[in-house]
Amino acid sequence: MIGVIDYRAGNAPSVGYALERLGVDHRLVTTAAELDGCDRLILPGVGAARATIDSLGASGLVKPLSTRVRGDGIPFLGICIGLQVLFEHSDEGDVAGLGWIPGSVRRFDDDLRVPQIGWNSVHLRRHHPVTATFPDGGYAYFVNSYYAAPADPGHVLGETAYGVEFCSIVAHANIVATQFHAEKSGELGLRILAAFAEWTP
Amino acid sequence: MLTKRLIACFDVVDGRVTKAQQFQDNIDVAPAEELARQLYDDQIDEIVFYDITASAQKRKIDLETVRRVAQHVFVPFTVGGGIRSVDDMFEVLKAGAEKISVDSMAVRNPDIIRAGAEAFGRQCIVLSTQVKRVGVRPGIPSGYEVFIDGAREATGLDALDWVRRGEDLGAGEIVVNSIDCDGTAAGYDLEITRAVANAVNVSIIASGGAGTVEHIADGLTTGGAQAAIISSILYSPRLDRNVGVRELKDGLAARNVLMRPYLT
Repeated sequence: MIGVIDYRAGNAPSVGYALERLGVDHRLVTTAAELDGCDRLILPGVGAARATIDSLGASGLVKPLSTRVRGDGIPFLGICIGLQVLFEHSDEGDVAGLGWIPGSVRRFDDDLRVPQIGWNSVHLRRHHPVTATFPDGGYAYFVNSYYAAPADPGHVLGETAYGVEFCSIVAHANIVATQFHAEKSGELGLRILAAFAEWTP
Repeated sequence: MLTKRLIACFDVVDGRVTKAQQFQDNIDVAPAEELARQLYDDQIDEIVFYDITASAQKRKIDLETVRRVAQHVFVPFTVGGGIRSVDDMFEVLKAGAEKISVDSMAVRNPDIIRAGAEAFGRQCIVLSTQVKRVGVRPGIPSGYEVFIDGAREATGLDALDWVRRGEDLGAGEIVVNSIDCDGTAAGYDLEITRAVANAVNVSIIASGGAGTVEHIADGLTTGGAQAAIISSILYSPRLDRNVGVRELKDGLAARNVLMRPYLT
């Protein structure tokens, strides 16, 4: 059973529809109690880092999430803001993240059109079960003004160019996260969700 | 590299997609859910859905149809029509949309742009504008005026002043919808599209008038837009021949416009 974390600034329903299409068991999770019985988790996200962190905090989910993902080591997929909040710090609203992955989140240069909105190519830097069926250089849908800079280059699974080469997929132990919206990236995005549903770290 | 985008636009009445000409004389096309499935399978990059009678009928947006479309569309999905508050936006997002389009309501109450961007991030708020060439005159230095309510009401706002204000308030994308060109299949208004692209730093979407792949290419190059809204060319019964996404993308690639490749 995949738990999809549902909070005010998220787009959990879209992720739910994608999992439905794939025939994967899932439920929306709004409280800590609903985490029971979930053996993997997805943290979707749209919007701002601070709103997301505040919203997770208000739902009492920060600590239980950490227990399940970092303590029990269940597979975890972050999407968009769900990637950015994994880092120690975000320049967006100068806010502290969950700190599960070393590094920070920075803003794109102002000489670009920001937010980046649209389809961009993802270049895979190594093999990973979650991206095994995603073609190197495949296109995915991005909406972001900020990007993550992992401190350890070994955590970078995919990279994408927008002014800079930035980390578009991060992977570390039982955690994987995409800057792009896997649930809104057509059939290639659905492949990532399907692979995540089967993944045993 | 970031690609340009093709966005299919649905003008929805009672759950069905319709097609207008210069914002009038809507004719029936197909149920929204069915057309959305078909276009997703044909690899459209994005879909935008306007509940075009919600505002005039002073009712809430048709959430049931939004939900039914969202269940079959695994590409970005924008929804507009009859949205008056952050709570309305929240309901639409919970029904499965990623982005909210605001238009006439934002002219009446510009603060809705700021409030929406604050609650959901600026990437969530698309400012759609209906613009008409009226000639340069006092108060309208660009020669283009903003209209609202299905192009029926003039606002006295200059198009470029309005889009700059919209960007400042927090709009993440701006749709430039030419009233003069809408549904004519004679090409986008490249002049105002380019002027808006130069005036703001967010993504610009050209809308109104695409009838051929050449028109789309022009909007995305000469017009300076990052995305093109199309509808007639895909499915208008008024045209002798409709064109599928694959043929459009092949045509754009042949004109050196970078698009998401068609998966075969």
